[in-house]
Amino acid sequence: MIEFRAVTKRFPDGTTAVDRLDLVAGAGRITVFVGPSGCGKTTSLRMVNRMIEPTSGSILVDGTDIASRDPAQLRRGIGYVIQQSGLFPHRTIVDNVATVPMLLGWNKRRARARAVELMELVGLTPELAKRYPAQLSGGQQQRVGVARALAADPPVLLMDEPFSAVDPVVRTSLQDELLRLQSELGKTVVFVTHDIDEAVKLGDKVAVFRTGGVLAQYDEPGVLLSRPADGFVDSFVGRDRGYRGLSFVSSDGLPIGEVVTVRVGQPGPAEVWTLVVDEERRPLGWFDGRSAGGGPVDADDLVPGGSLYDTGSGSLRAALDAALSSPSGRGVAVDDEGRVLGSIGADDVLRALADARRAGAAV
Amino acid sequence: MNYFGWLFDPAHWSGPQGIAARLVEHLGYTALTLLIAIAVAIPLGAWIGHSGRGGFLVVGSANGLRALPTLGLLVLLAGFIGIGLLGPLVALVILAIPPVLAGTYAGVRNVDPAVVDAAVGMGMRGRAVLLRVELPNALPLIIGGIRSAVLQVISTATIAAYVALGGLGRFIIDGLAVRDYPQMIAGSILVALLAIVADLVLAGLQKLLVSPGLRAVPGRRGPRAVPAPKTADPAARAA
Ligand SMILES: Nc1ncnc2c1ncn2[C@@H]1O[C@H](COP(=O)(O)OP(=O)(O)OP(=O)(O)O)[C@@H](O)[C@H]1O
Ligand SMILES: [Mg+2]
Repeated sequence: MIEFRAVTKRFPDGTTAVDRLDLVAGAGRITVFVGPSGCGKTTSLRMVNRMIEPTSGSILVDGTDIASRDPAQLRRGIGYVIQQSGLFPHRTIVDNVATVPMLLGWNKRRARARAVELMELVGLTPELAKRYPAQLSGGQQQRVGVARALAADPPVLLMDEPFSAVDPVVRTSLQDELLRLQSELGKTVVFVTHDIDEAVKLGDKVAVFRTGGVLAQYDEPGVLLSRPADGFVDSFVGRDRGYRGLSFVSSDGLPIGEVVTVRVGQPGPAEVWTLVVDEERRPLGWFDGRSAGGGPVDADDLVPGGSLYDTGSGSLRAALDAALSSPSGRGVAVDDEGRVLGSIGADDVLRALADARRAGAAV
Repeated sequence: MNYFGWLFDPAHWSGPQGIAARLVEHLGYTALTLLIAIAVAIPLGAWIGHSGRGGFLVVGSANGLRALPTLGLLVLLAGFIGIGLLGPLVALVILAIPPVLAGTYAGVRNVDPAVVDAAVGMGMRGRAVLLRVELPNALPLIIGGIRSAVLQVISTATIAAYVALGGLGRFIIDGLAVRDYPQMIAGSILVALLAIVADLVLAGLQKLLVSPGLRAVPGRRGPRAVPAPKTADPAARAA
């Protein structure tokens, strides 16, 4: 757990970067700091590992005031990942990852073995171990940065815009990877970004800062999207927040309707839209009975379906998107194995939303 | 007459005043000078670069010292401390310090701030940051500074002969005194050759000492970095 108690940072030139910050980042949780450029996110983060000293107030990590700790010792127990990766150009990847274990006095063999383990954990093949940072792509370098931060298994991880220098596709996969890692490792993570979508996706709780280093709102992402504290947060959270907020509403209790299915080669029903499935009842696409003219279902005639609504990990957003993106207007609901369970319509989703609101969900 | 005959006459190579002995003396002056210059300039440059304090000293002193005429300095020093090794040595050290100091300072200064930030953020102390991160990354520029110092010292060590010492300068000065041009030419050629050979040796040393990671061109993958996949077909392996 990381606790900010009335923390203020004023730089010698008079800039107030952080203004009386009170905040608790929960143990084993991802806490995201988000806000416009210059609002004090990096400064707040760097005060946790004493890269910056607060002007006043105190910061507690797991109950201990960090001001009483030796800075170098403190930092060895806190993973630190930065945007530019900061990998040592003169050291191989495996030695980069082994840095903190070596500082802690592990012998070289054990530190390297641990480093290779970590590389696999973050999805890097061991063949990369002997390369140098300049020989890796930007996305690979960030993975190395994460592996290096985790090498000595610190309980706390600080990440300052770690994924903002890579392209959107790589960024998405790095984010997914971080969530997977976190579900295994359960670190206390503080993650800085200026991208509200990234904040909402990764954060168990999100702290929105405004310029001048003032905390504007600190809430779970669903609450942030549905109940912004003020106009600033509202405008920062941005467009489509109603739609995006559906991500945080559970689809439990959403009724799943019937759907007529057919297999390839069977005679095509004359109904307008029929769902075509394979032997395992997995959806292949939609069959348009009107334009096919009554012949058997041909694999080449299928109209691609929309997104699938996985009832196992379902949110109303996934259900609504399935309905809206399906050519038939009915979203396809599937189970964990991808087998068709039935279909849902957009109006079902809206009704479920209304029910959730009546039941008091923050939507 | 044959200008190069002197150089290739075996009689001029041996003996206490022969070419071989002068070569060794010349190398000795150079090595001693470099040792002292490195012992002064690398720690000073590293500390200034690391702490960020006193950078103006480096720039100012480097330019100031570079402008000093070495020969004039030598004559002046000879006046103060008399004839002997000390005078030329001091003059040569003053000549050698600026390039090494500037190279070390620039090398340490130019290390990517994000790399230093990460090093500190992971819990390295100042000494470790300097020794394990900043200096290894500064090495190409440090060795570059040493190479240019070596070139200057080898060519300037000829002045030792002015104050009755040895080295390859003897051939030039003695040759001049008696208008023995072949001897002067031999001296000049030997100095030039020595400089070239020394630079080649240092270039080799640079290859050995500098991490391959600092030579790697971004975006270009090492050809041997990824081994070719081993054949997965057991039949092929059995064959
Ligand atoms: N060393 C410093 N000296 C003076 N002012 C500083 C210093 N470091 C940061 N600041 C100022 O403090 C404020 C907060 O900076 P900080 O780096 O924390 O912002 P940030 O939220 O991380 O912004 P960004 O999204 O651009 O990274 C800014 O106004 C910045 O100019
Ligand atoms: Mg920042």
